[in-house]
Amino acid sequence: MTQAPTVTAPAALCLGDDALVLAQRLGEWAGHAPVLEEDVALANIALDLLGQARVLLSLVGDEDELAYLREERAFRNLQLVEQPNGDFAHTIARQLYFSTYQRLLYQQLANSSGPFAPLAAKAVKEVTYHQDHAEQWTLRLGDGTDESHGRAQRSLDALWRFTGELFWPVDGLDIDWQALEEGWRASVTEVIGRATLTVPEGPQSGAWSAGAGRQGLHTESFGRMLAEMQHLHRSHPGATW
Amino acid sequence: MVTSASPTAPLSPSPLEERLRVLAGAVPDPELPVVSLEELGVLRGVRVLGPSSVEVELTPTYTGCPAVETMSADIERVLHQDGIERVAVRTVLSPPWTTDDISPEGRRKLAEAGIAPPRPHAAQGPIPLTLSVRCPHCGSNDTELLSRFSSTACKALRRCVSCREPFDHFKEL
Repeated sequence: MTQAPTVTAPAALCLGDDALVLAQRLGEWAGHAPVLEEDVALANIALDLLGQARVLLSLVGDEDELAYLREERAFRNLQLVEQPNGDFAHTIARQLYFSTYQRLLYQQLANSSGPFAPLAAKAVKEVTYHQDHAEQWTLRLGDGTDESHGRAQRSLDALWRFTGELFWPVDGLDIDWQALEEGWRASVTEVIGRATLTVPEGPQSGAWSAGAGRQGLHTESFGRMLAEMQHLHRSHPGATW
Repeated sequence: MVTSASPTAPLSPSPLEERLRVLAGAVPDPELPVVSLEELGVLRGVRVLGPSSVEVELTPTYTGCPAVETMSADIERVLHQDGIERVAVRTVLSPPWTTDDISPEGRRKLAEAGIAPPRPHAAQGPIPLTLSVRCPHCGSNDTELLSRFSSTACKALRRCVSCREPFDHFKEL
């Protein structure tokens, strides 16, 4: 990537939308994961992310309005987190890229004096488990059968073009973005290597793409995900049980 | 509503505050009813704001812990029963809760209930993911991890290699 534009949307919205959207995607696995333990694991990771999203979105406004009543273009999450689950290897590759990013990001925020420090200090401990989960599965799939190896590699390759956006500076975040990118690349490279997989080559963002999630531009499947996430609230405004 | 910072607490609690804290602290955890909120270390403080008006500070174990709302409701109920009319339960995140906040009594009760208590960790140290965990059933240290995530976000699923029983482990945070 040559030059990264600075994101001017509220930082809490960017981070909150990342957590909310990935929580929704991971929640789609409930009842469908390859084994029961993974059903539980992915749902628990989703729950951690949902908790983070609630805190972050509450810094911006009403959490329910923000989650259920915004249109697609108003969401500021990374395109990476909205990517469909695909097969299990695809979900794990997305988890590896994102949890590594989120842990390094929260680690820096936890050590800052900014408004995100209390949440980041709390969340970084949770995300450490998410990253460990993703790494263990990357090793197992990569160094597993020919089939799992092939699927893991294809997933890493397919999602690579969404990783450039992770390092776009977001206004209002006290982050050393270059250190974040270097740390992310070192960590991901090490795990992928140990898993006998190959770090993808090629651009981390595409000239084909109109923009990025942080600018409110999303990929095709995101609208369908939102429709499912929002339809109950929109059909029955204010309903409780 | 979750807020990030805690206001300055008075230097020492009044006798009334101490009494109310005992009441609130005795509320059982909704998901692990063998331990109380005081033993779990999630009750941060009870402050009397005025006549019949009390503020309670609670910290979640995990940011997304769904038990927080039940904890708040339970605290409100016991304090209402004690005659306090206005009870506000605030959720605070800072400083973050750690499993080191679970009292020795809480750890003993967890183990008795078949849940391996969290291991203490060095201050600011990394989460000890690989050290052995003792089986709460037979006491063997020869146990293996089945899944990092179990029935709740705060627990991992393990199995004892000696007695073959699976068990929950309150994982370090």
